[in-house]
Amino acid sequence: MNRTVLLVEDSPGDVRLTKEAFRDADPEIDLRVVVDGVEAMTYLKREGVHVDAPRPDFILLDLNLPKMDGREVLAHIKEDDDLKTIPTVILTTSDAEADIVTSYKLQANCYLSKPVQLEEFESLVKSINDFWLTKVKLPQQALSN
Amino acid sequence: MPIQVLLVEDSPGDVRLTREAFRDINAAVQLHVVSDGVEAMAFLRHEGAYPNSPRPDLTLLDLNLPRMDGREVLALIKRDQSLKIIPTIILTTSDDEADVTISYQLRANCYLRKPAHWDAFDNLVRSINAFWLTRAKLPQQIQNAGG
Repeated sequence: MNRTVLLVEDSPGDVRLTKEAFRDADPEIDLRVVVDGVEAMTYLKREGVHVDAPRPDFILLDLNLPKMDGREVLAHIKEDDDLKTIPTVILTTSDAEADIVTSYKLQANCYLSKPVQLEEFESLVKSINDFWLTKVKLPQQALSN
Repeated sequence: MPIQVLLVEDSPGDVRLTREAFRDINAAVQLHVVSDGVEAMAFLRHEGAYPNSPRPDLTLLDLNLPRMDGREVLALIKRDQSLKIIPTIILTTSDDEADVTISYQLRANCYLRKPAHWDAFDNLVRSINAFWLTRAKLPQQIQNAGG
């Protein structure tokens, strides 16, 4: 089954690594990338250039983003009756306990910190694919699609 | 540091498989087992038979439970300011799409289906351990456990 993953990430290096790691793990994954919080919400609400965008099955969200912060994006997703069922995993360089607690309070489905080493980053993306996109039962696409 | 895992499960067979799998793969896990939803809430609130229960780092919750349903337990956990940050994973035999959607609506952290074969079950517990107890950052214990 074709999974659509939305990656919200402003670092071009991390975007590239994530793309390559998903391609290696499962070439069928349809990875969509947006680079700031405003564009993430535009994508999710299918506005502007994203009017025909597929609803993501899974979201990887950085916390520190231009224009609109990842915490605010997370809060918007989890307050929206239509979007809140989409598993949203925080993927950030922050290891701060306050960010971890705030993210879980805002109902992030899971919190992951980005490893610095290249091989560890690849291994993390592979484990996201193995767990979230293989083992976990994701909610089906809404009927309105 | 021990990792406290609460398993809410009424099937003795599944309890045994989960216990054995964790024992084999992660000696730091302290598995606490309650067999219905009422006991689960008592454990989480340190009430009744559980005045000294530790706050779980992770909860594994079956949906179909005696006395109080897993859906109700999930809703109570996720409505409670102190408990809602505890990652709560649904682990159930149900493959019903309505159960999957309702669980995510009630803010389950993830939904896993119990495999029928014991070796696949063992493998799933390994995946839970590898992902949630190794990769994921869990919120740390809060000072006032009495909350």
